Amino acid sequence: MSASLLSLRGVRKTYPGPGRGAAPKVVLDGVDLDVTEHECVVLIGASGSGKSTLLRVIDLLEEVDDGQVLLDGVDVADPWVDANAARARMAMVFQQYNLFPHLRVLDNVTLALRLVHGRGRAEAAASGLAMLEKVGLAHKARAYPDELSGGEQQRAAIARALVGAPELLLLDEVTSALDPELVGEVLDLLVALRDEGTTMVVATHEMGFAREVADEVVFLHDGQVHERGTPAQVLDDPQRERTRDFLRRLR
Amino acid sequence: MTDWQPSELAREREAFRRTQRRRALAVATVATAVVVGAVAYVVATAPGWERARQAFFSPERAVEVLPEVAEGLLLNLRVWVVASVVGLVVGLLLAVVRTSRLPALFPLRVLTVVYVDVFRGVPVLLVLLLAGFGLPALRLEWLPVSAAFLGGLAIVLTYTAYLAEIFRAGIESVHPSQVAAARSLGLSRGQTVRRVVLPQAVRNVTAPTASTLVSLQKDSGLISILGAVDAIRAAQIATTGDYNFTPYVVAGLLFLLLSIPLTRLVDAWSARQGWRGRLRGVSGGGVIR
Repeated sequence: MSASLLSLRGVRKTYPGPGRGAAPKVVLDGVDLDVTEHECVVLIGASGSGKSTLLRVIDLLEEVDDGQVLLDGVDVADPWVDANAARARMAMVFQQYNLFPHLRVLDNVTLALRLVHGRGRAEAAASGLAMLEKVGLAHKARAYPDELSGGEQQRAAIARALVGAPELLLLDEVTSALDPELVGEVLDLLVALRDEGTTMVVATHEMGFAREVADEVVFLHDGQVHERGTPAQVLDDPQRERTRDFLRRLR
Repeated sequence: MTDWQPSELAREREAFRRTQRRRALAVATVATAVVVGAVAYVVATAPGWERARQAFFSPERAVEVLPEVAEGLLLNLRVWVVASVVGLVVGLLLAVVRTSRLPALFPLRVLTVVYVDVFRGVPVLLVLLLAGFGLPALRLEWLPVSAAFLGGLAIVLTYTAYLAEIFRAGIESVHPSQVAAARSLGLSRGQTVRRVVLPQAVRNVTAPTASTLVSLQKDSGLISILGAVDAIRAAQIATTGDYNFTPYVVAGLLFLLLSIPLTRLVDAWSARQGWRGRLRGVSGGGVIR
């Protein structure tokens, strides 16, 4: 087995409790995770189980209380590491798209190319258009985000994430905010990315999708990895009671 | 697209709405007539109306003083333009300093808080008097002591504080998920503020900013108390001697002539913004019965 692109070791994260003197809420309680290149890891679990926080921790949008976030063996959770540079190697797609409303779709896609990756305007525009072509949105390049449907906005957000050629793609329940008939267009795109060998960590409630793309399924419960394995193991033959409970409730 | 002919039901509803619209128009007309009539009656039957009309609305006097008052208004315009530009630029800078978390900016941040608290809390008139009479007393050779300069300075000091607060509210109105999206792409803090937060912040507060600039335009008239010959002062000078106050009315009309187009202009501009104020055709954008 090759060395992991991303490894988490004993990651712990708490949020301050509500009000004074309240006990802090433990969101991640000693999580280990390994993602090798071209691998797709799917996180499942109930709301509040820590899936989103885990993704935000990986993308350095949250500081951990303890543990390591190793990117190519370098602990990027260390406060003296250049976090901007580490973040530029990863890309996150959010549940609510989070497109920049004041920028046209193409400018959303090219902003980081120009500011972070140092591309010229023309070169960035060409790469941006090519990426929009790939997600089927080249004809919307000049539109503003609020002129797009939810599915189109999410595909634009995926184009924005992919255009900087990230080594690791993080997807945070990217279809949860979409109308049911729009979910398919986004999932189809993600399956295509998976087939190209994109390394991904995906939090999702779409079990059919998880089964189709996952190399490893990780079931989170109360901030801990409760069960992990291949989709066949975790989704079809769960060993632990809570996993069975969770999967039963989804049906 | 199916070929649609309005049904009997739709025609009935449309007819009903038409009657309603006609009734609404009639009510509005009658109400306006009543209000205008009542005001006109009270004014016209007032015992002093004849004299007031001569003293405040004399057409001959208005034509006579128009050039002087208009020339004074040029000073108001200059103060307004300079104070607006300085206020917008410095106000935005102060808002950025106040919301940033850079340790190096800590002393500046404290100064900003003190400055904004003081100048928002003290009446403009007092700032004007203190600047107008206090600063010359310092006998600083490099400091211009003309009434127009010192008055303008006082206006700038006060309005920069107002504008800084508006921009701060704008910055705080940008959702944290926008910052997360930008940082997740690898943008630095500074890049995120400049390219993602500020453009949205400024757009979110266009309306309050515009109304503050309109206030600034009319408060520019306060510099007259220091003796600067602006529109108000020019009007005041013109009233001495004959007790005809028409010049004040002329000055008022000239101020309106500036501020009304300004507000309309800003309204039109913010409606034209690509992603804001375009509510027509959007569900939820219509009138609710």
